[in-house]
Amino acid sequence: MDLLDNLALGFSEALQWHNLLFCLLGVALGTAVGVLPGIGPTATIALLLPITFGFDDPTSALIMLAGIHYGAQYGGSTTAILLNLPGESSAAVTAIDGHQMARSGRAGVALAVAALGSFAAGTVATVVLAVAAPPLARAALAFGAAEYFSLVVLGLVASIALASGSTLKALAMIVLGILLGTVGQDLYTGTPRFTFGVRELYQGLSFVAVAVGVFGIAEILRNLHDPRTRTRMVSRVANLWPGRAELRRIVAPVLRATGLGSLLGVLPGGGHVLASYASYAVEKRISRTPGEFGHGAIEGVAGPESANNAAAQTSFIPLLTLGLPAHPVMALMVGAFIIQGITPGPDVMTEQPALVWGLIASMWIGNVLLVLLNLPLIGLWVRMLSVPYSVLFPVIVVFACIGTYSLNQNPWDVLAMAFFGVLGFVLVRCGCEPAPLLLGFVLGPMLEENLRRALLISRGDPTVFLTRPISAVLLTLAVLALVIAVLPAIRRKRDVVFAEDE
Amino acid sequence: MGPGYVPLALGLVLAALGLATVVKAYVAPDPAPGEVADVVPGDAVPGDAVPDDAVPHDARPDDAAPDPRPLAGLRWRPTLAVFAAVVFFALTVEGLGLLPATFGTGLLAALARPGTRPLQALVIAAGLTAASWVIFVVLLQLRLPLLGDGLGG
Repeated sequence: MDLLDNLALGFSEALQWHNLLFCLLGVALGTAVGVLPGIGPTATIALLLPITFGFDDPTSALIMLAGIHYGAQYGGSTTAILLNLPGESSAAVTAIDGHQMARSGRAGVALAVAALGSFAAGTVATVVLAVAAPPLARAALAFGAAEYFSLVVLGLVASIALASGSTLKALAMIVLGILLGTVGQDLYTGTPRFTFGVRELYQGLSFVAVAVGVFGIAEILRNLHDPRTRTRMVSRVANLWPGRAELRRIVAPVLRATGLGSLLGVLPGGGHVLASYASYAVEKRISRTPGEFGHGAIEGVAGPESANNAAAQTSFIPLLTLGLPAHPVMALMVGAFIIQGITPGPDVMTEQPALVWGLIASMWIGNVLLVLLNLPLIGLWVRMLSVPYSVLFPVIVVFACIGTYSLNQNPWDVLAMAFFGVLGFVLVRCGCEPAPLLLGFVLGPMLEENLRRALLISRGDPTVFLTRPISAVLLTLAVLALVIAVLPAIRRKRDVVFAEDE
Repeated sequence: MGPGYVPLALGLVLAALGLATVVKAYVAPDPAPGEVADVVPGDAVPGDAVPDDAVPHDARPDDAAPDPRPLAGLRWRPTLAVFAAVVFFALTVEGLGLLPATFGTGLLAALARPGTRPLQALVIAAGLTAASWVIFVVLLQLRLPLLGDGLGG
């Protein structure tokens, strides 16, 4: 058995005591920095990355990095749940229901479920990675530009489920998000778009600035307009642990999310982004109580967190087989690979099997250490909510400024954050929710790039999206999803009209 | 397909959606945003029959009826102060350096909450500046100028 040998090799490498120690150190540091309000996972990893540069042994360096990665992600989920401050796209999904759970006094439960779900998904995905890496990589190669375009369309349509209010407004938010994603230089011609002559906007808007703005700063403005929320939240921090019934409720969502995340994670260059959104949409769709989503549904935390973690594991497949990083964190990892003198790609697996499988094993071990380290600390994190709000929110504002600035050393990112904070607040007051906007913003560039690439390849023939079978199936699903999403709204409207007639 | 193709198409779609929203607002209005966006489902029991909007969030103590206009309860002090705090950081972090920028941002942000006294805000801002220095400069070794060129740093 090749696969088991590989895993055994990996674990023997990762379980060496010094590697375990580095992993633990990485997890602890990542969590400690990641829970700082306003500092998201990407910022955390960027801040901590230089620590690993000085290591002589590349395996230790990468293992520590994996620890930092998990710690940062968990720390980011913590602030997303407690303070509605997501620092990356997947945490934005967790924030929707996680923060509502925190508001109703179930912050501890949300944090525990996030950790346990991630752990379960990470475990399964590690096995998937070991067993299915080669065939999955071949499947991913069947995805051309047309297929990606259709996949993104499906993802965007499905993300209507992220909104608990008006379908129409959710659609508008998605389109607005895609439009915001077009700011900056055009990929094919280099023409600047929507930059108003400002050179700092040529590289586009920073995701962190937009996310922290529309969620974090807007949340602060909302709380300042309604001081009642805060007193309520603090006084109601009740049970820290999920009960037996709650644990039973999350088993199925975690398993579904793991499958979904593992599959999407394999797609190079973006499947990972879709995982948590897709899981949320699926759970809401098949839930017997869809109305609960957006108001603190435990499945809305367990699903996306698990999907995200599973996808993070399987996104190693494109990284190792094709040398393609799936998301910013992976790109940072590639940077670390290169600094250690290793070029990621198909050869790494054959030339450095100990390193590759050691890293994969260490990601699982990082997960274990994360759960061991953080479950006892949940009480501590929840206490963050008892800090008086008059102190807490200036801390969030300042840390968010420093974190956003430190990513690119670009003051324009901070200005953008201020703008999107006020915009996010106004949108929320108008009944438009920020999550679909953020997804549109993340996926917009992918949508445009693949649309244009597909049309270039087909010499402008738009039927390419329907003649390629995978693409046609995905588009059909998207149309179905749109119809399903819009139908209840129409039916409800007709009910209203009829009620008025009577 | 030029660089303007996708933005133009999206702009048209967005305009159509905007128009549809306007029409819908007359035909079948959404519930007031106070109920949609600001609902605190604090009472946790899903499908709970007791609506949370018994007291509208945006209402000042003296007016009891929910106001359908989305921006009705907008207060200028917190909105402007938080906006100004973030903008202040963006404008001063390179010229004046991290410490003055942090202090000013912390001060402006602290003043955003109605009822915070100036002295209290000063203490919060000073503590925050010290904390940021310890966390980001001492512990994380972030390479930011503490005092910018404008202050001879």
